[in-house]
Amino acid sequence: MKIMVAVKRVIDYAVKIRVKPDKTGVETQNVKMSMNPFCEIALEEALRIKEAGMASEVVAVSMGPAQCVDTLRTGLAMGADRAIHVDATGPLYPLSVAKLFKALVELEKPGLLILGKQAIDDDCNQTGQMVAGLLGWPQGTFASKVVLDKEKQLATVDREVDGGLETLCMDLPAVITTDLRLNQPRYATLPNIMKAKSKVIKKYTPQELNVEIKSDLEVLQVTEPPKRKAGVIVSSVDELIDKLKNEAHVI
Amino acid sequence: MQKWRATRRLLLNSYSSKSRFDHPRSNPISDHSTTISRSSSGFESWTSRIHYRHFATAMIQRNPLFSTLNSDDINYFKGILGEKNVIEDEDTLLFANTDWMRKYKGSSKLLLQPRTTQEVSEVLKYCNSRRLAVVPQGGNTGVVGGSVPVFDEVIINVGSMKQVISFDKVSGVLVCEAGCILENLVSFLDNQGFIMPLDLGAKGSCQIGGNVSTNAGGLRLVRYGSLHGTVLGIEAVLANGDVLDMLGTLRKDNTGYDLKHLFIGSEGSLGIVTKVSILTPPKLSSVNLAFLACKDYSSCQKLLFEAKRRLGEILSAFEFLDNESLNLALNHLEGVRNPLPPAMHNFYVLIETTGSDETYDKEKLEAFLLRSMEGGLISDGVIAQDINQASSFWRIREGVPEALMKAGAVYKYDLSLPVETMYNLVAEMRTKLGNSAKVIGFGHLGDGNLHLNISTPQYDDAILAQIEPFVYEWTSKHRGSISAEHGLGLMKANMIFYSKSRETVQLMASIKKLMDPNGILNPYKVLPHSIVSYS
Repeated sequence: MKIMVAVKRVIDYAVKIRVKPDKTGVETQNVKMSMNPFCEIALEEALRIKEAGMASEVVAVSMGPAQCVDTLRTGLAMGADRAIHVDATGPLYPLSVAKLFKALVELEKPGLLILGKQAIDDDCNQTGQMVAGLLGWPQGTFASKVVLDKEKQLATVDREVDGGLETLCMDLPAVITTDLRLNQPRYATLPNIMKAKSKVIKKYTPQELNVEIKSDLEVLQVTEPPKRKAGVIVSSVDELIDKLKNEAHVI
Repeated sequence: MQKWRATRRLLLNSYSSKSRFDHPRSNPISDHSTTISRSSSGFESWTSRIHYRHFATAMIQRNPLFSTLNSDDINYFKGILGEKNVIEDEDTLLFANTDWMRKYKGSSKLLLQPRTTQEVSEVLKYCNSRRLAVVPQGGNTGVVGGSVPVFDEVIINVGSMKQVISFDKVSGVLVCEAGCILENLVSFLDNQGFIMPLDLGAKGSCQIGGNVSTNAGGLRLVRYGSLHGTVLGIEAVLANGDVLDMLGTLRKDNTGYDLKHLFIGSEGSLGIVTKVSILTPPKLSSVNLAFLACKDYSSCQKLLFEAKRRLGEILSAFEFLDNESLNLALNHLEGVRNPLPPAMHNFYVLIETTGSDETYDKEKLEAFLLRSMEGGLISDGVIAQDINQASSFWRIREGVPEALMKAGAVYKYDLSLPVETMYNLVAEMRTKLGNSAKVIGFGHLGDGNLHLNISTPQYDDAILAQIEPFVYEWTSKHRGSISAEHGLGLMKANMIFYSKSRETVQLMASIKKLMDPNGILNPYKVLPHSIVSYS
């Protein structure tokens, strides 16, 4: 079985986000870009499944500008066998990405598609669900535990839901999206970085995959959240009560 | 948007809660100093565990020429500083009297918090006339007992002087008051696209005035040099209240003796630094970090030699730790994991590069590392793929002192030694102490700075007798320095002769006498007690 994993290139989550002065988006020039942390978890899970002998190959896929290749190299250095880069320059929304994945799945025929539950840049949390819908595959989203049964071609997925865990059992092929506590991703070791250099990254354009990139959404403007006001030190309990009553209107 | 932030928060709070970039305060203790949680509730349990080493004070007599504080003095200070900035509260004083390692404790009854240079001047002028001894205190993160009183010295903390005065975006010169916390300066500069030329684990608490007064080193020294190079100007107040305005912003200024250097690293014994002008480098976007394993110390050395040649222009840190240090960090720090596949390696090296071209720098570093691996200098290694991974590698190196604190009592030595022979001391110490103590070595290999630490369940004079003066003698024999970046403070004031000649120390004493005739500034520290006599 082959596993396909989505890896997205995003602004490193430790970077302080700055909104562009013209409010068209966030600043990405001279900003550290890294693999989306949920995608790292997705890739780690795929690698563990392969190492457990349940899969034969892990293919990492990234979509976006040419620099996505760097993110794919990281994926290859973690242990993915090969990679696919869908070269697209404009903005990509979840539905377009899902359609591109559908096309790639039809080409590559993986038995499992693993994605992060969401990307930390746009926080859409839609791609996994949409691609499952387009493919007509079952989906296990927000996975905190994944167990595969090779013989019966089944996946058992624990999902973290409000108030506890939900366990789903589904037939393969399936779509799984990963939550934070699923695993702890590995580091890229020097021997693996070396090996990654000779691994293949295949390039497609959306046209080659017969997907038209368009969106019904338009970003009007991006603004920073309002700045938190500095607190005040009150001098007495009475003043506090007065402020809570008359200024904050909470009591 | 709310959710977006929630995700980031979730990420931060989970596997990256030790992120060096986002939570410097969660990473409190470095080899220089520390942030300690100063909540009043936590303080009770903290103080109950204190086990001071009174050996230092036991040998020192309070200078009988110093006056003792009386109510007139306190009223006078209140007149200058206002009631609020004259602190006699016992809890606050307990903190200010105690160093973070809980080794040194004074019995000062007064903490003053001046807000301007003028106030510092008036306070010192008065103290000098009354012969009241003072101890200048910054973030109180020192490790040699230099920032706490020995007896009843008045504590002067300039933490209220925390304004950035000016910043020149073209030259990168920052002028600020001495009480600015290093981390706040880092954030201020970050918005301007610059960084501080020094970085240390205590950045959440330590103040720039204290950094300058102790000539703090840290992780970036290999790239940006010491504060003697980056500090362009200083304003300082002398013991008699005179204000020395040397707050230049010029890189070149050969007009007479460059006296600002007297205040860099003199640990507040010649004057109180009130303002600093410092040259800051631009923030470069491409930072890469590798965590590497080496089979022996000689490989670490060769790797340093090669890194300087092949990564020269982008090399920004070269740190090492031995296997014992790593184990200590893994055993005592929460959430720390070994970045490398499990295997026995004797040494670990962190190499950081900072440059302006992500792709070029990364390729260069990778090529260097792969080459070094083929050449056998590196046995294994990982390269951080994102900032979170980089933070977790740094957490190991920066967390060693914190792990040492958790492991029990620790004897700390901060030595400059020729890189070639540096680690022999650790090996000899291990043989000498056998099973009675855990001896670990780590530090700034790129600067020839070893942090030798000896860890035991509790303080034991018998162990101490085996370490000292052996460590000092060994260092002296190899023409090293017994204080690389921590200073002499109280701990090593009498040890200065291991690194400096009698004539040199005599001249230092004459300078001290000239600038502080009554010896009120940070007494009993830096210079040996035998040589500083007052009449």
